[in-house]
Amino acid sequence: MLDRTADPRMRRTPYGPPDAVERLAAALPGRLRDALPPVIRTGSPWPVRVDVLLEDGLSEDDVDAWVPGVSVLGAGGDALDVAVRDGRVVGVRGRAADRVNHGRLDPREGDAWRRRSGRLTRPLVRDGDRLVEATWDEALDRVAGRSRELLAGPGGWGRIGFHTGGRLFLEEHYTLAVIGKAGIGTPHMDGDTRWQAAAASAALAESFGADGQPGTWTDVDHCDAVALWGHDAASADPVLWERVLDRRLGPGPPAVVAVDARDSAVTREADVHLAPRAGTNVALMNALLHELIAGNRYDPAYLAQHATGFAELCRVVEAYPAKRAAEICGLPACDIERAADVLGSAERLLSTVGPGFHRSNQAVAAACQVHNLHLLRGMLGRPGAGVLQLGGPPSGRNALETGAAGDLPGLRNWANPRHVRELADLWNVEPSVIPHWGPSTHATQIFRYAEEGSVGLLWITASDPVGAVPGLDRVLSRPDVFVVVQDPCLTDTARLADVVLPAAAWGERTGTVTSADRTVHLCEKAVEPPGEARPDLAILLDYARRMGFADRAGGPLVHWHDAESAFEAWKACTKGRPCDYTGITYERLRAGGVQWPCAPSGSHGTERLYAGGRFATSAGQCQTFGHDLATGADYGDERPEDPAGRALLHAADYEPSPEVVDEDHPLVFTTRRLPVRPAPITEASPQQGHGPGLEVHPSDAAVLGLGEGDLARVESPLGSIEARVRLSGTRPGLVVLPLPAGGDEALARAAAHLTATGWDPVARQPLRTVAAVRLSAVNGAGGARPGLGPMAVAPMTPLPAADPGVPATAGGPAEPSDRFEEV
Amino acid sequence: MHLAHYLGLLHRSQNDLADAFRAVRLGHPREPDLYGVCERLAAQCRDQARRLEPFLRRYGPSAPDEPERMHGTLFSGARRGALGLLRDLHDLYLLATECEVSWALIGHAAKGARDEELLDLVRHCGQETAVHLLWLRSRMRQAAPQALVVRAW
Repeated sequence: MLDRTADPRMRRTPYGPPDAVERLAAALPGRLRDALPPVIRTGSPWPVRVDVLLEDGLSEDDVDAWVPGVSVLGAGGDALDVAVRDGRVVGVRGRAADRVNHGRLDPREGDAWRRRSGRLTRPLVRDGDRLVEATWDEALDRVAGRSRELLAGPGGWGRIGFHTGGRLFLEEHYTLAVIGKAGIGTPHMDGDTRWQAAAASAALAESFGADGQPGTWTDVDHCDAVALWGHDAASADPVLWERVLDRRLGPGPPAVVAVDARDSAVTREADVHLAPRAGTNVALMNALLHELIAGNRYDPAYLAQHATGFAELCRVVEAYPAKRAAEICGLPACDIERAADVLGSAERLLSTVGPGFHRSNQAVAAACQVHNLHLLRGMLGRPGAGVLQLGGPPSGRNALETGAAGDLPGLRNWANPRHVRELADLWNVEPSVIPHWGPSTHATQIFRYAEEGSVGLLWITASDPVGAVPGLDRVLSRPDVFVVVQDPCLTDTARLADVVLPAAAWGERTGTVTSADRTVHLCEKAVEPPGEARPDLAILLDYARRMGFADRAGGPLVHWHDAESAFEAWKACTKGRPCDYTGITYERLRAGGVQWPCAPSGSHGTERLYAGGRFATSAGQCQTFGHDLATGADYGDERPEDPAGRALLHAADYEPSPEVVDEDHPLVFTTRRLPVRPAPITEASPQQGHGPGLEVHPSDAAVLGLGEGDLARVESPLGSIEARVRLSGTRPGLVVLPLPAGGDEALARAAAHLTATGWDPVARQPLRTVAAVRLSAVNGAGGARPGLGPMAVAPMTPLPAADPGVPATAGGPAEPSDRFEEV
Repeated sequence: MHLAHYLGLLHRSQNDLADAFRAVRLGHPREPDLYGVCERLAAQCRDQARRLEPFLRRYGPSAPDEPERMHGTLFSGARRGALGLLRDLHDLYLLATECEVSWALIGHAAKGARDEELLDLVRHCGQETAVHLLWLRSRMRQAAPQALVVRAW
């Protein structure tokens, strides 16, 4: 059944695709588009609808000032204006004149901008087992003193590591990258992106040579089919999903194919829903490719000119007829064939790939197969034909681009001596200072080095990894690890720190953020940070000054002094790279978002990458020389041949997950984030009070003697949790625990512990979406039982029984709205 | 024909390498990336050894007595710590190289024996062994600077 009523606002704005002339116009580069006569409209036909989320009792008239900002949620990069009243953020309003969201907002956005209670207002330093307030001088001198002490010893660079979350602005990420890579010279820089966007980023670089989404949000306008691969867009990217739904309700709606083991608003809307057994994505993808090739539904001319590896791909997918994959994935073969029909007959196919792929068995290999499908059909680089690999926090893109998490700045290749020299020239340092003997150290390895005692200073910025990494609290508590935490709040991680630096939140500082579709937005300072809290950029600049990082000429290495000058420095770093920012200025951004690459000659950015079928794979251009997908072995400078601008078709055989079910643990357990019911900005969380229980298929429940509302225990070899049973579920053998957004943190953590076992060798990312489990009834009220493995810390958290029926919000007519035109 | 002796040498080296991959994985349980890859490579090595067995049977009966000192031991258990891991990977590399050289020599011999079937196996397994070596090189390159240059408390 369609669940369109799940949207509580019911302010749908149905629309149809642009006509053929407009589509042609949309395919032109920005400069030529400007030259078109005004009768040809070049904007998007998606109607504008301005969402306003203000604190209770306030109207737009009560707002003193509206300050430009960007969504802090998801990967969408929705443009918004922050409402300020009496020096306080009181809400947000979607910006009508922006290409990303046309005024719409994620319903969670209002809450996300409210100032958190418990903000840090002064630096803290450790005094024995307490944290005590200190001055900025005292705190930063301690950090700089310890840094100098470590750097003075042999291999000092290797004693300092950085872990960065997704809440820094581009300017701050870049400053951090320069301090780390040229000031200290450490390869130990990574961050939350490792757990969220690493597989997406790695897959893009493996197939196309460099990170960066080929597609764009406006592809939803043009496409005639949308495929969502492990992507619950309704929960993760609600604005994108609204755009898809609006197309579905308008004339000429696109077909929707959803691949997700779990049930969601997306899978209910889909024309074809494939729910493969968890961990079998590659088998399913291979079968779809097999069907397309066997049915001759691919574009041989495009492949011949623009891709390599077709023969090997054919050889591998040969072994995956729908019937075999159906057995592996636990699906009817006819469903695979139906999906292949839709994918094979689409003329403009848009794919979005989400955590169901990125955090599952063979993550990078599976994501690459989506690229293969698009390459096979020539579905890239034109309006409606694109791929969006969605994962990660806002601004996570910037961490990846600037090198604050992972590779060298500007999507450069550590194995390419010319790229290293470019950076050395730009920063005026010796090339040997820049760590380029291997890939940067991944987050888990950095923590491992700290555990071994070789990393002696860990600087954690805008992130709370203690909650995500089992056992990290023990590492951070070691007396020989000096921990610096820079965050707006006293997080669990900050409590273990030696120095805590209070940082300004979004809305309290200025900087830019790049969304998943490469749109850069400016987020300006709206209010003052509380107490002595400082912008992250100011903290990093102060540290660089105290450390006296200098270039070869003796001048300051970090020579910028504010956000705009940092942005200018970053622009110089991107010259000639796939992520070219050189044509973007703060002034231009004040008029609206711009997509990279954007050279100074063009007034617009580039809407779609790889329009001519030319990819960033040539030896001089590419971000990586590639990996063996199965082991993660790095080809480095040993790559057999230069693909010279062709995309790479990576073939991969399905390999069973180490988390396959067995007799002891016969069920597959996975989690799902709940879609959000929006609320006005109030103190109380809308999710409290009722939460759906553990979704169990009735046939499994019958075998186990479980009924609706019974308390059940879920056990994996790593731990256990308890929850109330709800009889529903997509398929037999699958147990799903829905996690309310902003809901029970302890439960989410327990679920993560239950599933933390897998590892993707290319993305170097722990995978934590599935686990083989057994389910049993708990007799008596919540009898807690000790965990089963060494990592078991899972607290026993019973969930309340499911709310029998949340009434669907009543609908209303779509509001009249203007057509959106590009500014 | 002495080919059987080389097949036997390789068969044993492959099993040794499989054991060594597993031993290294078990010896360094806190290295997050070793688990999956080492298990996978160990399984591949064992599979390669198994696929050699029909050829051992094919060439075994026509072989003279085994000459002395065909077999040597290259790995004798995992070590501890970061330097120990590097040294273990180094050993694995030598073992894998032994396999690679043996595959190459058996490949040449297969040409002489006009054995297409054996040549096919050499082509397939030789590729897998090349990936083993590539992975070991990647992993050592990453580990060496930290293990050899950076002081730990």
